[in-house]
Order: sequence, then C-alpha cells, then structure tokens
Amino acid sequence: MRYIEPHGHMVSRTTDDYQDMVTAGCAAVCEPAFWAGFDRSTVHGFHDYFCQLTDFEPKRAARYGLPHFSWLCINPKESEDVKLAEEVIGIIPGFLQRSNVLGIGEIGLNKNSRNEMKVLEMHVDLAARHEQLILVHTPHLEDKLKGTRLILDVIRSDSRIQPERVLIDHVEEHTVRLVLDRGHWGGMTLYPVSKCSPARAVDILDVCGGDRLWMNSACDWGESVPLAIPRTALEMRRRGWTAEAVDRVIYQNPIRFLSQCPKFKLAAESA
Amino acid sequence: MTRQQVLDLYFMDARCKLIDLAAFLDRVDRGTGEADFRLSALQDSLKALSGAEPLRAKTVLLTLSDPTLEPAAKALGKGAVGAWPGAN
Repeated sequence: MRYIEPHGHMVSRTTDDYQDMVTAGCAAVCEPAFWAGFDRSTVHGFHDYFCQLTDFEPKRAARYGLPHFSWLCINPKESEDVKLAEEVIGIIPGFLQRSNVLGIGEIGLNKNSRNEMKVLEMHVDLAARHEQLILVHTPHLEDKLKGTRLILDVIRSDSRIQPERVLIDHVEEHTVRLVLDRGHWGGMTLYPVSKCSPARAVDILDVCGGDRLWMNSACDWGESVPLAIPRTALEMRRRGWTAEAVDRVIYQNPIRFLSQCPKFKLAAESA
Repeated sequence: MTRQQVLDLYFMDARCKLIDLAAFLDRVDRGTGEADFRLSALQDSLKALSGAEPLRAKTVLLTLSDPTLEPAAKALGKGAVGAWPGAN
C-alpha cells in the first residue's frame, strides 16, 4: 500500500510516528500551519514556527526517507487579533519561495467571528496575489455548518480564486455537498471522536464518489491517529474496494490536487 | 454491499454504540441537578434515527448545528461543545 498524508501536524509528533507512517506506506506528508494549543504573542513566534515548518521539520522527516511539504498562515484560532494577523501575513511572502511550501493554509474560521472573517479575506487575497493553492480549515462541531457556508461565500466573492485550487478540509455528511458543488476539493479528517470515523468516511465516498475527495489524519497534539489513513484503507478493503480504487483515493487524489503546485514532486519510484 | 454484508460487518459495532448511548442517558438520569441544552439537542437528534431516508447522519449533524449565517461579533473562547445552544 502507498498513501499520501496530506494533513499532519508533525511538529507535535514523535519520530516513532514518522517510522510507523513510512512503514505503513506513507510516500509524503504535508503539514499546514496550525494553533499550537496556546496563543503566540508576537510575529517573531510565527517567524520561528514558519522556519520550523520549512526547514527543521523537512530535515527530520528526511531521516526516514519521507518528503515533507508545508502550508503557511496564521490559524483561525489566533485570528481574533487582527493586528497580529496583519503582521504575520506580512512575513509569509518571505517564505513562499521555500522549496517545500505548497500554499496558504490551513486558513478558515473557528468561531465564525467578524475578525476571523477579516483575516480569512486577507489570507485569500494573499493567496490570489501570489497564485498560491489554498487549504481551508472548517470549524468544529456545531460551528461547522455555518462556518463552511461563510467560508464558501468569502472564496466565491474573490474572482481571482479558481475553485479547483482550493481544498476545504474537515467535511462531514452535512457539508460535503456544499463544498463539492462549488467546484472545490474536500478533505475528510479521520478522528477518533469528532469529525469522521473510517466507516463514515467510506460512506461519504460511496455516496459522493471519490473524484475530488481526500482523507487525512490531521494528527496533532490532541486525540488523533497518525495511521488513520492506512486503517481506513483497510476498512475500504473490508467493504470490497479494490486495491486500485483505494489507491486512487489515498494516493492519486492527493497528488492530483497537490501537483497544481509545481513544487509538489515525489521521487520517480513512488510517483 | 448487500444488507446482509453490512450487518455482518457493522452490527456488533452499532449494537455496542447503541448500548453505550442508552447507558449514557441512564447515567444522566441518575445524576443530580439540571441538564443543559446538550441533552435536549441529543434527544432531538435521536428522532432522526427513525427516519426512512438514508440521510440520518446528515440530519443528526444538522440538528446539532448552528443554522444562522450572521458572523459573531467576537469569538468568545476557542472551543466547541457539540450542540448549538440556540440564539439566546
């Protein structure tokens, strides 16, 4: 089996996880910028974090032969402070040419506030000006439906954004159609309690088709499973999916979306 | 998959979750003090399970969701609790 982990917060994980992922067939990992569990107070904290994502973490992954890519932004959970967000967004262009940066993400909303909306619009503008792919976080639990609707409207209001260059992550049964019907890609996050279980993710694939969907573990410092994708692949096989059909979802689909960024390249033997 | 295959693969898992849910409701009943909006939201969601269409998961999620579209004036905290408390 081979797969891409398109959303993993590896700065929160141990090297044991890298070993397990590569052993299970992981061919590349992509790491969006996120909330560290506490609010960073200065732009310097984000500068150091972006260095970690674009320099230190790729080297750590390379020790296990795993290509590492990243996305940059200030996460929606830290977007209530618009002034700090402006400062952070101001330093991102200085990192966009780094070799492992795929685009702007994971941007979006958390509590669907006006300030979060302002910062989302600033990120979308940044992506448009620099012709970057966009990875979007949708809110948790009871806030997801509203947040997804608001996010979709913000993106549609910027005519420079091509829908197929945007992936809306953490979709569930009540939001997946909203996302796909706008021409975007959708991401299903496999979490033990919230978001999607493996069985539900395969249900969504059965119902919606697997053309513009990917799966991710979004493993971080909370309850999450770095091997969630291969475990879901096992679920697909138990339900009669062929190896080729599984491969299309967990390997080829992420490559189709991510290859819209010319920096996303895998070694010839796994491509 | 045939319905028989679905049952073979998932019945025991669904049975386990159903009993866990029943035990949770019993536990809440044995507790003291007032419950909050989460319990009534859960009870409302249970009605979706007896629906006839294969949209039960979506219906449950919609029942637990904030249906409004107006952005919040300010983010009060960062977390979510799993059910919408209502406009008030």
